[in-house]
Amino acid sequence: MHIAEGFLPLEWCVVWYALAIPIVAYGIDRAQKLREREQGVMPLLAVTAAFIFVLSALKLPSVTGSCSHPTGTGLGVVLFGPSITAFLSIIVLLFQALLLAHGGITTLGANTVSMGIVGPAVGWLAYIAVRKMKVGLLTSGFVAAFFADLMTYVVTAGQLATAFPATKGGILLSFEAFFGIFAVTQVPLAIIEGITVALALKLLQEHGVAVEMWQPKGVSVSEA
Amino acid sequence: MKLEVTTILAVLLVISFFSLLALTTAIPKAEWGGADGQGMELIEQSLNYEPWANPIWEPPSGEVESLLFALQAAIGSLIIGYYFGILKGRKESEK
Repeated sequence: MHIAEGFLPLEWCVVWYALAIPIVAYGIDRAQKLREREQGVMPLLAVTAAFIFVLSALKLPSVTGSCSHPTGTGLGVVLFGPSITAFLSIIVLLFQALLLAHGGITTLGANTVSMGIVGPAVGWLAYIAVRKMKVGLLTSGFVAAFFADLMTYVVTAGQLATAFPATKGGILLSFEAFFGIFAVTQVPLAIIEGITVALALKLLQEHGVAVEMWQPKGVSVSEA
Repeated sequence: MKLEVTTILAVLLVISFFSLLALTTAIPKAEWGGADGQGMELIEQSLNYEPWANPIWEPPSGEVESLLFALQAAIGSLIIGYYFGILKGRKESEK
């Protein structure tokens, strides 16, 4: 999902930055308020970021004969919701852009929108939907992570397709090509990420962490 | 009961990881390059696109790159392990 440095035309870099900045800013604000209100939340925030660090460093082989990596945002989605996850994602993306030449500064906005915002937002909506249907926490966590991971790559394919429509066949044909490269590869990885998040949630629960208490107000579904 | 769910999930994780590794022998012709790289290659080749910016710094070799990726995973694992260590200690001192 990393669009490499300089690989998006300038106007698209601007568009994705413009979308990403306010949401990341909102996430930072929410994280700060959460920290002021709840003293015990900082270590859990750090662990959530660490989870993204670990999973997004693991490049795994997949069914398409190529390699890709999970995003690790699923845990953040379940614990804190999408805006804080956006904030944590941009930290990891910045690290990778500066030290690993993975992604880039010009494409940081676009990569934040896919991995940090739209992917997690879709995962979060899926999570709330299944949770409201009284599906258990672990299964719901799996669903959240699966969609957050997979949607990230669908968005990347969409971003590249809109920036580089095929001369014959347009955006749709481009999307098909990029979808084949990114999204198909990602399906098994999204499943693995789902299992990992379910395991992490189970372990947190076993150690007495109330995993659903940090979510944005009004979406508490802990009675389910 | 509690331990069982954790064990099942851990076993599932190990199995799925090794099935992905097994793929590399099942699909012998594949090159196992990164999907990111393939996407960028498609843009460069089919559209003759020249990236207009370059990374500020690039790892000088595959070795250095894997060092940094390992470091990224290690930092993350360290924090996660430290946190669960604290939780475990806290739980035990409550008993």
